[in-house]
Amino acid sequence: MPPRNWTDQRIENILGNLLRAGVLLSALVVSIGGAIYLIRHGHEPVNFRAFRGEPANLRSVRGIIRDALELRGQGIIQLGLLLLIATPVARVAFSIFGFAEEHDGMYVVFTLIVFSVLLYGLFGTA
Amino acid sequence: MSILEFSLLVCGSSLIAGLVGALTGLGGGVVLVPLLSLFFKVDIRYAIGASLVSVIATSSGAAAAYVKEGFSNIRIGMFLEIATTLGALLGAHLTTRVSTHAIAIVFGVVLLFSAYFSRKPRSQAERNIPPDPLATRLHLNGSFPDVDGPRSYNVQHVPTGWGLMFGAGALSGLLGIGSGAMKVLAMDQAMKIPFKVSTTTSNFMIGVTAAASAGVYLNRGYIDPGLAMPVMLGVLAGSMLGAKILVKAQTKWLRLGFSLVIVLLAIEMLYHGLSGRI
Repeated sequence: MPPRNWTDQRIENILGNLLRAGVLLSALVVSIGGAIYLIRHGHEPVNFRAFRGEPANLRSVRGIIRDALELRGQGIIQLGLLLLIATPVARVAFSIFGFAEEHDGMYVVFTLIVFSVLLYGLFGTA
Repeated sequence: MSILEFSLLVCGSSLIAGLVGALTGLGGGVVLVPLLSLFFKVDIRYAIGASLVSVIATSSGAAAAYVKEGFSNIRIGMFLEIATTLGALLGAHLTTRVSTHAIAIVFGVVLLFSAYFSRKPRSQAERNIPPDPLATRLHLNGSFPDVDGPRSYNVQHVPTGWGLMFGAGALSGLLGIGSGAMKVLAMDQAMKIPFKVSTTTSNFMIGVTAAASAGVYLNRGYIDPGLAMPVMLGVLAGSMLGAKILVKAQTKWLRLGFSLVIVLLAIEMLYHGLSGRI
């Protein structure tokens, strides 16, 4: 059995706080974008019945950042959602160091596998 | 309906979905997609995209509160995440290939299974089972704070659990849900992990699983900011509230009530999928 008392609990606490910070930051960004979007477009009729697929500027990391920098509401919302997606990825990255600190080589490998799959999903499928 | 009215209504409904989802450990996503597609008439692909994003928020937002209680098992979570993330990639690729009718029908079936397995009684007699060699090798066994002090548990049937987790990941990627029911089923029923440990560890894993398929969804244009914004903010608020009262809640009655709602939504989804309305 590896040491699983105070180090595990400490790592889990740090991870929990990391996740919460990431989510709250993303919620803040989404709220700001949402406010701009609703002020500019709130009175327009709603249309989510038909699927058109998002335009290129709202589906790539580069396009989203450019839109957000132009202070477009939808771009800022997407930026917040990107932060949200990045939060669990960051938690997995942090776990690699956590397990390494506990000298648990098997779980370092497991975590690296999960991390690679996540990176593939984000960047390998564009 | 104007975008402002729509956003407020969706945000309010998502808050309730997030609250109940966190309390039952079944996640808000399982009711979000039927809610958005049946009642708000949103195209199911946008609904799936918004739901998946909110699933990450639910999981990550509640994690800090769960961690403090000492229920979740980080090693079980990470080991099984290999299965769920690989499954999620497969599921997300499938979503772009199958028809919306098929997605609605699969969704209905999954809802029925969720309701059925959340009602399956748990055997209290299986408390003192001997350690499984594979689970011991993988350092999966642990303990958690029970009413009468720390209680240790021995994980069983690791390969079965891993296989079920791959399936849970695939469904998560296909339907934009957290697959909480199937994750809890794999841990609670197959691997014999205590229910509270299963639900909190499942919650911890859901965000990572969803992040694997979220990239695929974003690249394919399934995540609409106008819809994802009220859904994500509502679900997040609801799930954080739910995590605060989880430890005190009676899971038995919550599971009963929630499974009834799920059955009704399942019938609606099946009907709409089979009749080609979705």
